[in-house]
Amino acid sequence: MATEFGHQTASGHLTVPAESKEPYAADVLAQLYADAELVVARYPQKRSALLPLLHLVQSVDGYITGRGIDFCAEVLDLTRAEVSGVATFYTQYKRHPNGEYTVGVCTNTLCAIMGGDQIWESVSEHLGIGHDETTPDGKITLERIECNAACDYAPVVMTNWEFFDNQTPESTKQLVDDLREGKPVAPTRGPSRVCTFKQVSRVLAGFHDGLADEGVGAGAASLVGLNVAHERGWTAPDTDVHVTGEHQAQATAGGMAAGRHPSTDTPANEPDELPGGDDADKNGK
Amino acid sequence: MTNLTPILTKFWDDPQSWTLETYRRNDGWKAFDKALKMEPAALVQMTKDSGLRGRGGAGFPTGMKWGFLPPPDGGPRYLVVNADESEPGTCKDIPLMMAAPQFLIEGVAITSYAIGCNHAFIYLRGEVVHVYRRLLRAVEEAYAAGLLGKNIMGSGFDLEVTVHAGAGAYICGEETALLDSLEGRRGQPRLKPPFPAVAGLYARPTVVNNVESIASVPPILLHGADWFADMGTEKSQGFGIFSLSGHVKNPGQYEAPLGITLRELLDMAGGMRDPQKKLKFWTPGGSSTPLFTDEHLDVPLDFESVGAAGSMLGTRALQIFDETTCVVRAVDRWTEFYKHESCGKCTPCREGTWWLKQITGRLENGQGSEEDLEKLLDICDNILGRAFCALGDGATSPITSSIQYFREEYIAHLTNGGCPFDRDASSLFAKDNVPA
Repeated sequence: MATEFGHQTASGHLTVPAESKEPYAADVLAQLYADAELVVARYPQKRSALLPLLHLVQSVDGYITGRGIDFCAEVLDLTRAEVSGVATFYTQYKRHPNGEYTVGVCTNTLCAIMGGDQIWESVSEHLGIGHDETTPDGKITLERIECNAACDYAPVVMTNWEFFDNQTPESTKQLVDDLREGKPVAPTRGPSRVCTFKQVSRVLAGFHDGLADEGVGAGAASLVGLNVAHERGWTAPDTDVHVTGEHQAQATAGGMAAGRHPSTDTPANEPDELPGGDDADKNGK
Repeated sequence: MTNLTPILTKFWDDPQSWTLETYRRNDGWKAFDKALKMEPAALVQMTKDSGLRGRGGAGFPTGMKWGFLPPPDGGPRYLVVNADESEPGTCKDIPLMMAAPQFLIEGVAITSYAIGCNHAFIYLRGEVVHVYRRLLRAVEEAYAAGLLGKNIMGSGFDLEVTVHAGAGAYICGEETALLDSLEGRRGQPRLKPPFPAVAGLYARPTVVNNVESIASVPPILLHGADWFADMGTEKSQGFGIFSLSGHVKNPGQYEAPLGITLRELLDMAGGMRDPQKKLKFWTPGGSSTPLFTDEHLDVPLDFESVGAAGSMLGTRALQIFDETTCVVRAVDRWTEFYKHESCGKCTPCREGTWWLKQITGRLENGQGSEEDLEKLLDICDNILGRAFCALGDGATSPITSSIQYFREEYIAHLTNGGCPFDRDASSLFAKDNVPA
């Protein structure tokens, strides 16, 4: 199973079912135009609105439909090929109807080793589906996902891009069972309930759903260092004895303050510098 | 002994840590007040003097990056914050933006003023929807309080901030791929030069900075460049968030001066999850930085020392693996990641990562031969320095470093006819069976 992940086939091209090209109902289309206008207005150039507009299409259709591509192309003066080219590049855009909940098990190295592989196998077997497949009831689409920036909570499962921290095979099977039964499910760090895939897609299009104030500021692992500092009485260096930024700026207006090591003296590594430094670069060119 | 220095993490334990009100109670937006009374050039100079270097991995001096912008020509100039945090192991910006997004928004305001930008963008990876909500809310609150918008606090300075969600692509953490993505294209890196400072977003002068770099600007301005530069080492100044994950007792975020060692951090983190099981290997700054072993516990975690020891400080993403872990399995999975995320633009990376994955996969399964190790190194040699961006280079790091330190373990897979490790022993669930 693992070796198949990331396997590229001809389906890497965007093939949408014929019915997905049926026109939008008039009221749906009117709302789409109204929303698209707000999205386009956020950017100096309208093409920048393409990623949020594709999220918007998913908020209506549940995946990237043929009509959704037509809509984006029309609004942004792009060809359908240009829109499809973007839609197929990014993993969050779905090429076929998606479940109400995307359950993503992190199987990148750190999570995999901490148990993500076992979680993946048990939940995949439990649901009888593999990567990017959906349960027959249309509730769950299962995915193997890459690192989601929560390694201190490994192993991590994302449900509609909300954090479920420190999961086990049992907790994840319970999670998908609850989702399929329509029970309310709350992430570890996030709002008080998991929204549907379409609802979340609308947020990703930049339309706030008012849930920002729900949930914790920081989870337990985010606070471990702060707690150690509290216990040991550590704080950042005292700030009162130093000159303020204003004085600092004046003091250094004609050059560097005495005793400092100006960054201009430091041989800077270029943003694209190679691991291994100069030698690697010479070998490479 | 190095102490922790909670600055950006200082009030993350507040029950409403993300609100403007909490941030104000913690000196929030005072630095911006100060900035508006200063000359923009003085702010750039202050940032140079502080020694702040990019916190996104490359460590390029932040103030110098700002200074690279050409003189104003009357056209727009942009600040783009790289909030695409996707490097495996890296998990500092996401909790920062979830817990204290106002740090970033104030940093954006100050930086924009310093570089003459009137429209800033925060490019957030799309797979963290609650963080997106927090950023949208933080920007709303700042607008409502008159901290963003037109003629801010009567200063004549205008600033619009757009928070943009990506859609799932590791490569968009590369700054020029990020710009292409923000322009509504496939996220593929651009040829440099021209650098973004000259021709970035919409071909206009653009500064691209990491979240933590920008969030560090308000405290620097508030307390002075000296205050910041006095922390850390001579050439790696200031503080940073160190993210410990894996087989440690208390994984999580530890904010400390640069130059702290893993030995010190491990002590603060309660040691390894099982003291009987030795540290085997770790990454100093994400999967793209060559592996370290227990020989490197005392390497100061600053740009120079980590570089001198053969790796890179990167994003201070310390993924820690004990002796229950199969290094071949770990490297095989990272290689799968690079293969999956290669954008396809350049041949060495597109084809090379594909070949690497085939070989690491068969080695992990005990197939292949010892010659495969030389083949791996040869392919790596043909990717490193020949790929269009750092993704290809990064893909070679775990492979070459693991063969350097653990060649016998690769060979053991061959003689054993498969992986000799019990993968359940390295899982979190196994931890429950370990005596505390």
